[in-house]
Amino acid sequence: MAPYLGVVPFTVFVTLFLLWPTYIVVTGAFKDTNGEFSTEALGSVLTSANHLSAFQRSIQVSIITALAGSIFGALFAWAIGTGRSNGPLRRVALAGSGVFAQFGGVMLAFAFLATFGFNGMVTMFLSERFGESFLTDASWLYGMGGLAVVYTFFQIPLMLIVFLPAVENIRPQWREASDSLGGSTWEYWRHVAGPILFPSFIGAALLLFANAFSAYATAAALISQGSPIVPLQIRGALSSETTLGNQSLGSALAFGMVVVVAVVMTAYALLQRRVAKWSQ
Amino acid sequence: MRKSLLVLPVLLTASLVAACSSGSSTSESSAPASGAASAAESAGASVDAATATSAADFGGMAGLEAACKAEGTLNVIALPPDWANYGAIIDAFKAKYGITVDSAQPDGSSQDEINAATQLAGTDRAPDVFDVGQSVAVANTAMFAPYQVATWADIADNFKDPAGTWVNDYGGFMSVGYDAAKVPAPTSLADLLKADYKGKVALNGDPTQAGAAWNGVMMASIANGGSLDDISKGVDFFKQLNDAGNFLPVDPSPATIESGQTPVVIDWDYLQAGQVAALKEKGIDWQILVPDGAVVGGYYYQAINKDAPHPACARLWQEYLYSDDGQNGWLQGGARPVRADAMVAAGTIDAAAFAALPTVNGTPQVPTADQVTAGNDYLAANWATAVGG
Repeated sequence: MAPYLGVVPFTVFVTLFLLWPTYIVVTGAFKDTNGEFSTEALGSVLTSANHLSAFQRSIQVSIITALAGSIFGALFAWAIGTGRSNGPLRRVALAGSGVFAQFGGVMLAFAFLATFGFNGMVTMFLSERFGESFLTDASWLYGMGGLAVVYTFFQIPLMLIVFLPAVENIRPQWREASDSLGGSTWEYWRHVAGPILFPSFIGAALLLFANAFSAYATAAALISQGSPIVPLQIRGALSSETTLGNQSLGSALAFGMVVVVAVVMTAYALLQRRVAKWSQ
Repeated sequence: MRKSLLVLPVLLTASLVAACSSGSSTSESSAPASGAASAAESAGASVDAATATSAADFGGMAGLEAACKAEGTLNVIALPPDWANYGAIIDAFKAKYGITVDSAQPDGSSQDEINAATQLAGTDRAPDVFDVGQSVAVANTAMFAPYQVATWADIADNFKDPAGTWVNDYGGFMSVGYDAAKVPAPTSLADLLKADYKGKVALNGDPTQAGAAWNGVMMASIANGGSLDDISKGVDFFKQLNDAGNFLPVDPSPATIESGQTPVVIDWDYLQAGQVAALKEKGIDWQILVPDGAVVGGYYYQAINKDAPHPACARLWQEYLYSDDGQNGWLQGGARPVRADAMVAAGTIDAAAFAALPTVNGTPQVPTADQVTAGNDYLAANWATAVGG
């Protein structure tokens, strides 16, 4: 008994905040409004072009921002990790990333609206200086384009934070060893640094995907028409005052999101297994 | 602790008095004038406030007032201070009866009100009263306690549930509000498609979620050859508006109007009218147009939570809202109170405020619950694609 005592807090936490909500969502997805077993809600998600395209857009924006975030974030991490280990730039970049990675939600949406929105500072400045042009058309910010830009804003610093430890584990001696044995830069990356960094890179990119896929507050503050992505459609299903009794549809949509993340996690686990063999 | 100490003596006195004079006040008269004082004495503990269906059950208005004072607090929910003048109405109620009003989630939706009542049921934070849109009201009558206010007879039959579970409170018509300094005055909805309105026309909410926006799309439909049974023409109109670059995907609020972000807003006339005075002080000339021949009306639904933690105050609040003061309060916010006709006849209406309501040409049309459902199905499938993703 005693050896397991230490994991009790963790088990309680996971049960309360992960397993129990998942149970509610999954069982809710298979109920109708009267609480009877029914696959109607799931069926209406799978047959409705509106819901399916919301999943498509959610996955798209998550992939795009995860890619942009992980590529730029990894490059920044490389630049910082290989630079002077205690220089001021490194310290400022790390502190800044810590702040900006958490700078999401309504604050971030507001910051963008105040800067690039219809009445934003930059928009107003451009229209006063150069008159109306495509630069002053702020409508892009209020749709999927805006969402992609705003998400990327917190994805890059998050990538930097989670990927930097991996970059710092790369020893300069390995490069020297590769060079002294006659290896080219390409061969060093292909056979040494690449395989070592790859699992961390994919793991971090996956974290970014999930981060964007489940983001709600930023999108809710930015997009007020059409509910283009799944989290906003769940909001609509739960709190609409024109269409009622849609709780099971909300659960079905949430269940769909669980499935998407489960598929991605499985793919990651399979990849991890291959890579683990490869990097030994 | 403090609360229970205050309540105790009141309950004691009330129950003593009630024991002495039980059953003396079952009179049908709901007029508080006759014998109010003696009725007050018999009020309180003998009455189960949660099942009282009129002030007479409390022995008259004074009894109801005493019972509410014993409770001390009223919980309201989703009443924005700038919505139909609710801020001033709540203040007046507080001043008149000395009751604390706890206003939760002022920007919540009708469904949020019901959700809060379900989630907080049994706690003293649950909402006492609801002010909800049609579809939410019709779907949740089982959560409402029947009650008839003293002015019940003034309310036309089609504005109340015969059992009294809900009563329409105030309403108005769909309208186009605009900043006269920023855009030329529109005379019809079709005008909004012109280049003068590029990036300037906002709708109050997403029609798949908000009643006001739903009715805005319905107004556009009727103006473009649709009907209460056919909302598709309205969706087509907003698609044209969006394709022309005129549709502004910003959720309008007094702040966006003041800052000039939303120069044209499609919303209920009573919500817009409530802003006119405040905007004028800030130098904005806000005008309201109810388009000719596309008059879509909507009334809100007032109801008491069956499980209200403060059942007497919930009922006193209803009495206040349907009194001349309460009705004029809504009117001063630009909303049409449900007793307006009776008050015009009795000469108790605030004539200046009544004259300031926007002019309306055409027969008002009010969608039924079935028409709302049909419209919702169409919107769920077509709205997102019409306004772009």
